[in-house]
Amino acid sequence: MAIEVRIPTILRPYTKDQKSVEASGTTLSALITDLDSQYAGMGERLLENGALRRFINIYVNDEDVRFLGGLDTPLKDGDSVTILPAVAGGSK
Amino acid sequence: MARYDSLAASVGNTPLIGLPRLSPAPNVRLWAKMEDRNPTGSIKDRTAISMVDDAEKRGLLKPGATILEPTSGNTGISLAMAAKVRGYKLICVMPENTSPERRQLLEMWGAQIISSPAAGGSNEAVRVAKEIAAKNPDYVFLYQYGNPANSLAHYTGTGPEILADLPTITHFVAGLGTTGTLMGAGRYLREHRPEIEIIAAEPRYGELVYGLRNIDEGFVPELYDASVLTRRFSVGAEDSVKRVRELLHVEGIFAGISTGAILHAAIAIGKEAVRDGRDADIAFIVCDGGWKYLSTGVYGSEVDTATEGLDGTLWA
Repeated sequence: MAIEVRIPTILRPYTKDQKSVEASGTTLSALITDLDSQYAGMGERLLENGALRRFINIYVNDEDVRFLGGLDTPLKDGDSVTILPAVAGGSK
Repeated sequence: MARYDSLAASVGNTPLIGLPRLSPAPNVRLWAKMEDRNPTGSIKDRTAISMVDDAEKRGLLKPGATILEPTSGNTGISLAMAAKVRGYKLICVMPENTSPERRQLLEMWGAQIISSPAAGGSNEAVRVAKEIAAKNPDYVFLYQYGNPANSLAHYTGTGPEILADLPTITHFVAGLGTTGTLMGAGRYLREHRPEIEIIAAEPRYGELVYGLRNIDEGFVPELYDASVLTRRFSVGAEDSVKRVRELLHVEGIFAGISTGAILHAAIAIGKEAVRDGRDADIAFIVCDGGWKYLSTGVYGSEVDTATEGLDGTLWA
């Protein structure tokens, strides 16, 4: 099972500068475990005390996982996962 | 009523316009809340007037005072208008990578501009503005990201207007920036329609905007309360450009690029309702018109070229 994970600039030191990597897992939690086994240290950058860090947003197929199933969000082959830091964004 | 005592009094009461051709089915309808019809052409007139009124009431804003605000566009333009009609000065802190029209409009309305670095986008503008505010206690720092008068404008204005025009509303879709629109209108609508879905469309920018040095520099607006939202979508430049052009070509509505992101989420929700065999009345926000984005070329060139042109800019 291959899921494309898009990595933000700030986490690319962990992925040897790759913008996107492949990982597997039937849930987001399992995917993060797999990411961490491939790229040591990633898990700690994404999670804190077993929960998603406050300034990390993760989207499955462009939808925020906090409004899906959180770390239990189910994943299937071909899904796309995007990791982004929370920022103030654009023009307000 | 079409007569007002002043420009500021004419903010709000914008039309809600049906989209008969973009709606996915006869029983799944899209409705555009036309915030471009405000005095300076964006939804931010509501925010600006509400924050200025509130600061005046609380005695923070006195004649001749200087307002300071981190803003790369619409809020600045709206505040500049409010400052002009009420007799204040305005200093805007804005990222250097915003469209030239915005800068021209701000200067035209008499605002002073302090540039913040492009890398980091509004995050940097907020940080720089907070620093300036700390050093200049005389400045009135309205701070749209944390000022309850921002969301209150939508709780007392945008929300009630939409409900009055569309009592059968099932979904409300708006952009997520300061979160003021979604928090204010979302709370009001849920109080009156408990089953309503409140949906956020968050623009996804090019990498430059997410260029933090450290994850702890991340930012969540103080106004944000996730419990108001039902779902939250991240929409990239390409989908936003496609949708804003579709809105122009199919329904004749000329909107700014962030509206494309919101429409993209609204259409996705509409298609789900069709698939699930549900009726839906989906109201979404048209934040502003397309005028300020003409220089980006997104309305004329090929979608690919237009999207590339937006990379590294703050397009919403």
